[in-house]
Amino acid sequence: MATVSMTVNGKAVTGDVEPRTLLVQFLRENLRLTGTHVGCDTSQCGACVIHLDGIAAKACTTLALQCEGASITTIEGLAEPDGKLHPMQEAFREHHGLQCGYCTPGMIMSALDIVRRNGNNLDEHTIRDQLDGNICRCTGYHNIVKAIEAGAKAMAK
Amino acid sequence: MYNFTFHRPTTVRQAAGLLARNPDGKLLAGGHSLLPVMKQRLAQPSALVDLSLVEGMTGVELKGRSVVIGAMTRHADVAKSDVLKEVMPGLAAVPGSVGDPQVRNRGTIGGSIANNDPNADYPAACLGLGATIITNKRRIAADDFFQGMYTTALEDGEIIVKVSFPIAKKAAYEKFKHPASGFALVGVFVSKRGSDIRVAVTGAGSEGVFRVPTFEEALKKRFTAKSIEGMTIPATGMNSDIHASPEYRAHLVSVLTKRALNKANA
Ligand SMILES: Cc1cc2nc3c(=O)[nH]c(=O)nc-3n(C[C@H](O)[C@H](O)[C@H](O)COP(=O)(O)OP(=O)(O)OC[C@H]3O[C@@H](n4cnc5c(N)ncnc54)[C@H](O)[C@@H]3O)c2cc1C
Ligand code: FES
Ligand code: FES
Repeated sequence: MATVSMTVNGKAVTGDVEPRTLLVQFLRENLRLTGTHVGCDTSQCGACVIHLDGIAAKACTTLALQCEGASITTIEGLAEPDGKLHPMQEAFREHHGLQCGYCTPGMIMSALDIVRRNGNNLDEHTIRDQLDGNICRCTGYHNIVKAIEAGAKAMAK
Repeated sequence: MYNFTFHRPTTVRQAAGLLARNPDGKLLAGGHSLLPVMKQRLAQPSALVDLSLVEGMTGVELKGRSVVIGAMTRHADVAKSDVLKEVMPGLAAVPGSVGDPQVRNRGTIGGSIANNDPNADYPAACLGLGATIITNKRRIAADDFFQGMYTTALEDGEIIVKVSFPIAKKAAYEKFKHPASGFALVGVFVSKRGSDIRVAVTGAGSEGVFRVPTFEEALKKRFTAKSIEGMTIPATGMNSDIHASPEYRAHLVSVLTKRALNKANA
């Protein structure tokens, strides 16, 4: 066993883990933050995307110990404390960017990374291209793309 | 995943020392090749030596007539490097074509080259530019470095510290992406630096990345797609799997080489 400490959604956390514990296991099982999902466990689907020091990463392909001292943001860390949704979450709600919802946390965390890298004015081609690492089993891509375009704009306000 | 001990050195020396003390240990860079393989239990290192805190292993720098890239530089950071886009956009396009954004945010050039996946992109760029792989022990020419699928000239305990690419006036990469995995079904890197002409192919060969001497010879007269019009390479030695036959891969080599030449001349 080893001890790992990091900041998750602004809070300092510490836990005992095995070296082989994945970040996604640490988040879900130690911290009970079950918003980060495991879709494939083979680094392909993007359901487990979180932000590691502000940058999107697949939590199923990252060891908890690699995040010692890091700052992690999960889907649970986006809304305001009073429950008001982040503009990107609101856009997914508004544009029906989810069906079963399984891929949604990863989609939203990836969407925010697309905005970080490409700004708030996104065209459809850029969004589709940049969603390469996120798979929606319900195939609701059309509305996901619309939601990201709108959410990115709303974030600029 | 089998268990292991985990180490985070801050210098190359410490990392080398940890590898020496853990002969069954492995280096961990971005983890985007190694961790998936460990999950499948196809690798079971007794120790992981994480390079992410080691100083001086990241960055893209202009050094004389070369571009030097630290081994721990992530694909996304190489792709967006202004220096590189200015002097050799053809090389900057290589990490930009790897996998998906999240993979590019974590994966590193050193990990990609050390891994030498037969469908990886960076090996084509290294061989296609005649790069030098600089380790904690020596300098290795790309022509000597890649020695077949997942096999390199690296010795036990040897650590890639940086990679030096000579700046070629003309250089381009053309990749036929496997639609599901994003890896190169076939990828071709071409370059011209004075009289040094290189055509390097990834994805196609059953022994990993290779050069095409017949094309290189034909391009000596003129570095244009026309010079290799009608030329083909034999299908023997090409990979065969459910994704593509050896004949199809050989065909793609000619097509992609021409496209890369057009890109390099554009
Ligand atoms: C979904 C997905 C899609 C991908 N698509 C592509 C693609 O299209 N094209 C492509 O080229 N790659 C692709 N990759 C692979 C990706 O680029 C990897 O990041 C890369 O191959 C390995 O780099 P890493 O930093 O993650 O290395 P790691 O996984 O950490 O290490 C890989 C190997 O290299 C060794 N190593 C690492 N650093 C060093 C060093 N400095 N010196 C010596 N040995 C070292 C390790 O011990 C290990 O054996 C993909 C990966 C995934 C998960
Ligand atoms: S669970 Fe991590 S990429 Fe699918
Ligand atoms: S909404 Fe069901 S997987 Fe995307």
